[in-house]
Amino acid sequence: MIIKYFSWIKEHIGKSEEQIDLPNYITNVNLLINYLNELDEKYNIIFEKKELIKIAVNKTYSSFDTNISNSDEIAFFPPVTGG
Amino acid sequence: MSKISPAIKIKIQNEDFDISEETKILHQNNTGAIVNFVGVVRGYDEKNDQIINSMVLEHYPGMTEAEIEKIIIGSYKRWELTGVTVIHRIGKLKPSDQIVFVGVSSKHRQNAFDACNFIMDWLKTKAPFWKLEENNNIKNWVEFNDTDNQALKKWEK
Repeated sequence: MIIKYFSWIKEHIGKSEEQIDLPNYITNVNLLINYLNELDEKYNIIFEKKELIKIAVNKTYSSFDTNISNSDEIAFFPPVTGG
Repeated sequence: MSKISPAIKIKIQNEDFDISEETKILHQNNTGAIVNFVGVVRGYDEKNDQIINSMVLEHYPGMTEAEIEKIIIGSYKRWELTGVTVIHRIGKLKPSDQIVFVGVSSKHRQNAFDACNFIMDWLKTKAPFWKLEENNNIKNWVEFNDTDNQALKKWEK
C-alpha cells in the first residue's frame, strides 16, 4: 500500500509517501491509523485530532470507515487551501 | 440539466495564463456571455499580520484534476453552459501573481455568473491544493478558512 502525505503532515513525517505491507486484519482507514500510531509515535500528532484530517482512498475523498486493501493508495492531508 | 456538455479545459501548471487567450477559448457556438474570475496572490497575511514575500502551492496530482472535473460536471448539470475553463497554478508565486482562473461561458449571463461562483466556492473547499506562505525565514502553511465552508451553503438548495 502507498500512503501519501501533503502540506504540514508531509513535513512532519519527513517524506511525501511511503510503502507499507498491510497486514490482513487492517481492513479500513481507522484500523490503518491505529496501526500507524502503534508503529511510530511520529504519527500520533497527525492523528491526535482526527476530525481535522482529510482522507483520500485512490484519489477520492473517503472516511475513517472506508474499506481498504494492500493495492490501494491512501492520502492524509489537512483541509485544502487553494484558490 | 443541459443536453449538451460544454467545452471543458482543466490545467494545473507552473506557468502564468493569459486571460484574453482563455476568454477566446470560452467563446463557443451559442455563447452570449463569458464570466471570468481571476485569483491573485495577496502581499499581506491579515490573519497572522505578516508580509508575504512569496508562496509555494502544492497539490495532489491526479486527485486535483479529478476533483475539479467533478465540480465542473456539477456546474453544467445545474446550469446550461457552453464552456468551462479552470486553470490553477502551482509552485512558487509572488504577490500580485495570478494564481487561479475560472472562466464560464453560457448563452445568457446569469448562468455564467452563477456557475463561476459555484465552481470557485467548491474549488476552495475540495480541490487538493495547499499554500505555504514565505516571509524570509518564516514559513506558514495557510490554515483552512471556515468562511469557505459557509460559502457553500448558498448552493444547498
